[in-house]
Amino acid sequence: MSGAKVIPIDGSEPTPPRRRPTTKPASEKVTPGRSRASRRRQPVPEEPAEAPDLQATVDAETPPQGSLLRDVEHALAGGMAFLRRRLNGDFEVDDFGFDQQFNDAVLMPSMRPLYEKWFRVEVHGIENVPADGPALLVANHSGTVALDAVMTQLALHDHHPAHRNLRMLGADLVFTMPFVGEIARRSGHTVACNPDAERLLSVGEVVGVWPEGFKGIGKPYRDRYKLQRFGRGGFVSAALRTRSPIIPCAIVGAEEIYPILGDARFLARVLGLPYFPLTPTFPWLGPVGMVPLPSKWHIEFGEPIPTDQYPDGAADDPMLVFNLTDQVRETIQHTLYKLLMQRRSVFF
Amino acid sequence: MSRVVLVTGVSRYLGGRLARLLSDDPSVERIIGVDVVPPKADLGRTEFVRADIRNPVIAKVINAAEIDTVVHMNVIATPVGAGGRTSMKEINVIGTMQLLAACQKAPTVKKFVVKSSSTVYGVSAKDPAMFREDMEPKKLPRSGFAKDSVEVEGYVRGFARRRPDVLVTTLRFANFFGPGMDTPLTRYFQLPLVPTVMGFDGRMQFVHEDDGLDVLQQCVAQDLPGTFNVAGDGVIMLSQAVARAGRIAVPLPTPLASVVRDTVRRLGLIDFSPEQVEFLKYGRGLDTTRMRSMLGFSPKYSTVETFDDFVHAHHLREPATVDRDLVAAGRGGSR
Repeated sequence: MSGAKVIPIDGSEPTPPRRRPTTKPASEKVTPGRSRASRRRQPVPEEPAEAPDLQATVDAETPPQGSLLRDVEHALAGGMAFLRRRLNGDFEVDDFGFDQQFNDAVLMPSMRPLYEKWFRVEVHGIENVPADGPALLVANHSGTVALDAVMTQLALHDHHPAHRNLRMLGADLVFTMPFVGEIARRSGHTVACNPDAERLLSVGEVVGVWPEGFKGIGKPYRDRYKLQRFGRGGFVSAALRTRSPIIPCAIVGAEEIYPILGDARFLARVLGLPYFPLTPTFPWLGPVGMVPLPSKWHIEFGEPIPTDQYPDGAADDPMLVFNLTDQVRETIQHTLYKLLMQRRSVFF
Repeated sequence: MSRVVLVTGVSRYLGGRLARLLSDDPSVERIIGVDVVPPKADLGRTEFVRADIRNPVIAKVINAAEIDTVVHMNVIATPVGAGGRTSMKEINVIGTMQLLAACQKAPTVKKFVVKSSSTVYGVSAKDPAMFREDMEPKKLPRSGFAKDSVEVEGYVRGFARRRPDVLVTTLRFANFFGPGMDTPLTRYFQLPLVPTVMGFDGRMQFVHEDDGLDVLQQCVAQDLPGTFNVAGDGVIMLSQAVARAGRIAVPLPTPLASVVRDTVRRLGLIDFSPEQVEFLKYGRGLDTTRMRSMLGFSPKYSTVETFDDFVHAHHLREPATVDRDLVAAGRGGSR
């Protein structure tokens, strides 16, 4: 079945895209040399419609300069077709429950304004993420809620030449929560465990881990940009077993979105959460307090640390695993310091 | 190679179809089918023996016919038709124990094939995306069919230890679907309004009845000891399955979901255990690498195809037609 193919909502290829004309310079630049990975997982706006005959008809009969009315009609037809496919269950998900169609058409666009307008994310070193094949992305975690993870996913999705999907490993709590767990699965993420990490890497996906976990994301504001302990190094052994490069990633800006001044331990325990943040605005201002502060973000993807030079069974050498974990941690910490030195202000 | 095959649960749908398949196979000399009720379907040249596997009488059947292969199909998934949960548990657990006890004493038995289920992996939010055969459940099943399956597998492992000369094949099937299947899950998708748990969407994997029977037949024909997951390729989300069946999902908040489950159960519509509600929430995936590499089996139906076959067989939704008005809209736009 040809289920997961998506009709572009923007209209057909010959007309210049009307939506978001100024964005994605990186993606446009590299479109001619599309890699294998990008062909495997086609991004929605560039993969033309479902039925080839329909697309052919549209292409053949469409004059290059179109009217607004026609565009609207196209957009409506595309939107209706998309809706119909969703309502008929006519789409595909992968073994992890990743729904690329939904992710590209709904989830990613809903986060894009936050990425482009609110945090004005600047991406550095995106070329360090390979165009195809596996990679393990390791980043610092901060910001009370995992917006840093979502923004990193969007950075790779929109600005990487191959538009790669970041498949994150999330805490158990994420998947026990209603709605949150469902959306995380649809967006391609899975429970943090070694079998899943190795399965994703062995099929050539980019896997994202935030090894600080709740220690990092829920740390008080005074500890900002101080990396916390890095779990048990499980991510390193997964990379070693699958011989995937490790890409250290530093995120600056996320610490300031919800500065945690205090932690209401009692409330956290009652609600079954790892922490209950008290920020200058939350919970005092209610829903308004949930608006993140518009800090300026920088995401830097560092040089890959290769893991293919180690012998077989290296993953079972705890000393090597600890050393590599430390190396990754140090790299991220130094990159954080470097980015902080270069930063002019928190908000600009 | 199997000469004389005993099939338990032969009056049930899958057991009967397996007996029928085996009776078409000239390499199988005799097929003995046992069950407590006479079969409704045609079993070919299968000799039917009305016997209860919960009873030592089964040992006499095995010895008299000099059975060399036992296919245990009598682990049942639903108390409906079995006479309630107590009776179901007795059939599953005591029946398996009696059958294994009889096999242990029978020197002619050389092979034991058991139809188990992927429910032995339990269900939880912390499950890995795909279960390999060597993985432990994150949360052990506590009730119903799932718990029975865990116990049955435990007794089968004990039997394998005590009779190392017997080849034991344990097949962990994903949920069966197909034109003829009648399980709590197939009934669930036939409800006009399908209650689901709000905020959750399980990943499900199904196996087509034809594929399941092919695997069972292959395990009788060849010597393939071990434990294997059997499932169609790919997964389907619960919401997607409901949509493909042309049903309407009614998402209920978690507390209400268990109330509805109890009501549906009392009314005798569908018997859903708490585990099955968890299954709707989180689902389960199976790694079928061993099935492909060691059994050398590739299913004819993927999970989605399996489900579509079930949908069409039950006329739940008309087959998808070409989007005519969409094509028209496209043409209209280019005029």
